[in-house]
Amino acid sequence: MVEAVTSSSDETEAIAARLATRLAPGDVVYVSGELGAGKTTFVRGACRALGVGGPVTSPTYTIGHRYDGVSHLDLFRFERLTDADWGALEPYFEDAIVFVEWPERAGGRLPPPRVEVKLGHVDEHRRSVELASAEPDLLAGLL
Amino acid sequence: MRLILGLETSCDETAAALVTHDGDIRSNVVASQAVLHARFGGVVPEVASRRHLELVAPVIREALAEARASLDDVELVAVTRGPGLIGALLVGLSAAKALAWGRGLPLAAVDHLHGHVASLYLEPAPLEPPFLCLLATGGHTLLLDVRARSGYRSVGTTIDDAAGEAFDKGARLLGLGYPGGAALDRLAADGDPEAFDFPVARLDGLDFSFSGVKTALLYAVRALDAGELERRRADLAASYQRAIVRALVERTRAAAEQLGHERIAVVGGVAANSELRASLAEAVLAPLELCTDNAAMIASAARYLTPVAPPGFLELDAYAAA
Repeated sequence: MVEAVTSSSDETEAIAARLATRLAPGDVVYVSGELGAGKTTFVRGACRALGVGGPVTSPTYTIGHRYDGVSHLDLFRFERLTDADWGALEPYFEDAIVFVEWPERAGGRLPPPRVEVKLGHVDEHRRSVELASAEPDLLAGLL
Repeated sequence: MRLILGLETSCDETAAALVTHDGDIRSNVVASQAVLHARFGGVVPEVASRRHLELVAPVIREALAEARASLDDVELVAVTRGPGLIGALLVGLSAAKALAWGRGLPLAAVDHLHGHVASLYLEPAPLEPPFLCLLATGGHTLLLDVRARSGYRSVGTTIDDAAGEAFDKGARLLGLGYPGGAALDRLAADGDPEAFDFPVARLDGLDFSFSGVKTALLYAVRALDAGELERRRADLAASYQRAIVRALVERTRAAAEQLGHERIAVVGGVAANSELRASLAEAVLAPLELCTDNAAMIASAARYLTPVAPPGFLELDAYAAA
């Protein structure tokens, strides 16, 4: 596990961007944290590094956003996923690196993550960023 | 009768409507999953897709019954193709394809956002372009340059949270549940909108950002103890709402001025917000029942599109992103 404290959303995006360049289609990244902790900011940084040019907005309401080679899911509005739900979300996992906000709402029904990101409030501008992976090499020198 | 059957399943609502080519609404049926969600505390008990599948045929039947029409009266099928949740969109799109294919009818694939704008073209008071349109929903916040009924050009967007989402999440932070945009609006009526200063990011150009103001509310809530929070809740709601509405109004007026529009229109669920309605008094507002997702607006938009004849429409796919 590696961790850092960022002092701006730009710094949070930069960490995500560096991580994104080490990922490949099929990889799933869980992004956890309270409201306002910077989850969408983190995913935006990753999307930018993966070539997404337009706005990367919060998918809370629509549940999923799909870009070229990247999916951004948000399970905030779920209590827990059922088997039927998995069928509806599956298209987002085809040929894409997938970032999932509020993964804890999935009740274990998501594919296992290659990286788990935990974001926390330090104060109004600073955020703690914690990255964990079963492959230590993946995170080496990232922060 | 010569009717357009509209179908909408892009997110939470399963909706069917029958509209004439002149824009008369003959029926507008919405099976709101929000009612269902409310029972589960605002969360989705399961992805909308399966509910859409169960509801799509009944809402079509109900729309036909309310219009006192049959499928023989339908001469065009219109359906939302995107943006939205892929699995949900596919339910409506597949139902529309099956109906149009079975009846030998053309199909119009409608952009959901164009549908919101086209809610302004329905009787009894259809709006004629040009105008500047603020489209503000739970999932989108856009400024649209509308010069013809067949489309629009986006000139501004939120770069993070949608305005409707900002209201809903603000409500959550204030303990009003989720989605609680309407509850926040009611609570704000008893509060002082100048009590707290919530800064809204001022971006270059005509874009919006509502992520920062949400975080500012979070920290204001955290700074208060439980008793104080209870006493100041209405002030927090009013100040938060004022900040969001002020940003919407400023940018909308700036866009209208830049583009030379004399008229402003507001569509989408946020158009129901009382402070926005009061602050943008000069704007044309979609009727309340057409502000939230519905299928009449989809049928309305189809009137200005070129439909695809069978079997060409069978190849149409849903799209997730705007």
